[in-house]
Amino acid sequence: MRTTTFTRTRIVSLVVLAAIFVVLALLPTFYHGYWITEITDILRYAVLTVGWVIFSGPTGYMSLATAAFFGLGFYIAAVFNGPLPFVLVIIISGAIAFIVAMLVGALTLRLRGVYFAIFTFALVLLVNSVVLEVERLVTGTRGRFVEQESTNVAYWAMLIVFAFTLVCAVAIRRSRYGLALQSIGEYEEAAAHSGINVVRTKVLIFATSAFFMGMAGAIIATRRSYIDPGIAFNMNTSFLPVLMAMFGGMGNLVGPVVGAAVFTYLGDYLLSHIPDLFMLIFGVVLILAILFMPNGIIGLAQQAWRKIRGGGGKQLESEPEGGRRAPAGR
Amino acid sequence: MHLLEGEQVTKHFGGLAAVADVDFYVDEGEILGLIGPNGAGKTTLFNLISAALSPTHGKISYKGREITGLAPHQICRLGIARTFQTVKIFPHVPVVRNVMVGSLFGTGRRTSEGEALKKAEAALDFVDLTPLRDVPAGDLTLANQKRLEVARALATDPHLLLLDELMAGLTHTEITEAMGDIGQIRGRGITVIMIEHVMHAIMGTCDRIIVLDHGRKIAEGTPAEIAVNQQVIECYLGQDTSGDEEDAGS
Repeated sequence: MRTTTFTRTRIVSLVVLAAIFVVLALLPTFYHGYWITEITDILRYAVLTVGWVIFSGPTGYMSLATAAFFGLGFYIAAVFNGPLPFVLVIIISGAIAFIVAMLVGALTLRLRGVYFAIFTFALVLLVNSVVLEVERLVTGTRGRFVEQESTNVAYWAMLIVFAFTLVCAVAIRRSRYGLALQSIGEYEEAAAHSGINVVRTKVLIFATSAFFMGMAGAIIATRRSYIDPGIAFNMNTSFLPVLMAMFGGMGNLVGPVVGAAVFTYLGDYLLSHIPDLFMLIFGVVLILAILFMPNGIIGLAQQAWRKIRGGGGKQLESEPEGGRRAPAGR
Repeated sequence: MHLLEGEQVTKHFGGLAAVADVDFYVDEGEILGLIGPNGAGKTTLFNLISAALSPTHGKISYKGREITGLAPHQICRLGIARTFQTVKIFPHVPVVRNVMVGSLFGTGRRTSEGEALKKAEAALDFVDLTPLRDVPAGDLTLANQKRLEVARALATDPHLLLLDELMAGLTHTEITEAMGDIGQIRGRGITVIMIEHVMHAIMGTCDRIIVLDHGRKIAEGTPAEIAVNQQVIECYLGQDTSGDEEDAGS
């Protein structure tokens, strides 16, 4: 009985998802306006947030390296877009972000807790300075021009990358890696002694999440004509996905997407309408969210839903993995 | 050839020798007890065997192959499973999935999820936790969390099981049950090394006992021999020969 309702909800949500995707895919054919750019931006943050959650969600390792991988995508697009087809540029960006993340991960994923967070933060600064120096010595310039793509092409590319990211995230959660990552997050030592190759698992999934970040970077770069290291490796790109994931809730993958959408839109709206108070309101919303929605918007919605249904016994799918975890380590 | 053998195993923490020149072995099918006062180096020895720590010097061999220098997951996959003095479970993960971590990753063979689930269920059944299979492990009582650790270890198909103070903090009835469980584990062909402070349990269960004090092996023998060993009585048993729950704490 439980399984039938379960599969029915799953089918319904799959149909709804497919419908949303089709509408989004067809949108530029009948609409040409501001929302194409806005949705591209939302999808960009959705990719970054879901990408971040793939690794940092279950393991509790807070990575602040997102800007490094995203920025690498910027530079690869600046160098290769034009000479190489756009699709290839996107894939190369993902692949290079993956490789860099493997190397970095092999070095840093032995670190735990705040040390890991600080190292990944420093990584962004490091990549930033390396690129800056290389540009100065090799090309003698500060920035670069990027071969642009049209609004619609960037939009579709981001939509496809988003769908790909989401499918991979779901697949990882359902696979044996999902359980491995969660047990690493809950008690790494016990996971290792139960046969999980913790280093390999962490490095592999960290690199996978970087793959999506690199691809998103390559696409966004083509919407700008000029980039420099300061633009490419902006620290906000590292912090925002973390905030969006917290805001939306990390119990399932709907949370990060909703968090990214609401946050991106709210940010853009405030910035264009009340730029003076933008940061203030943004900050207050965030503090309230953390105080009163420990499981994010999605957690709040589920609570409300359960109340409406009079606490009907069935737990929502996301609950067992939700929310707070015990501190890893001793 | 012994199943597990350690030669001059030593571990220094700074200037302190937590384990010093300890030779030990365990044979297939044996239940070996490891006793000694707090701080004697018992858990450190377990950590060295299971590769949570690497020895300062000395070597450990398993089935004739040197295993010092391997990673914890490799030790587990070779067939050495362990439990922990302070339980280390995955608190937000349902009980059955806790055990599946062992059966999915720890056996050393590629295991399908279906097969892993069956194995996990069998292990849960063995420790009588089947009714609680879907509860988050953090909600279990201490006794049940200890059982869960045993189930997770058994799910990795071990040849050798290291039990670190399985009985600490348990009631009399639970201790009796745990003693029965250990007998059954041996019945499945699994060799056991157990650290324990509950003296009647260790005397009643073990074939052989090693006594550590300040990181050194001070005695080794059958329970009957250990019980009358003058040095052991002085440094350990002398405190309280009945050895009931009072010194069963960590």
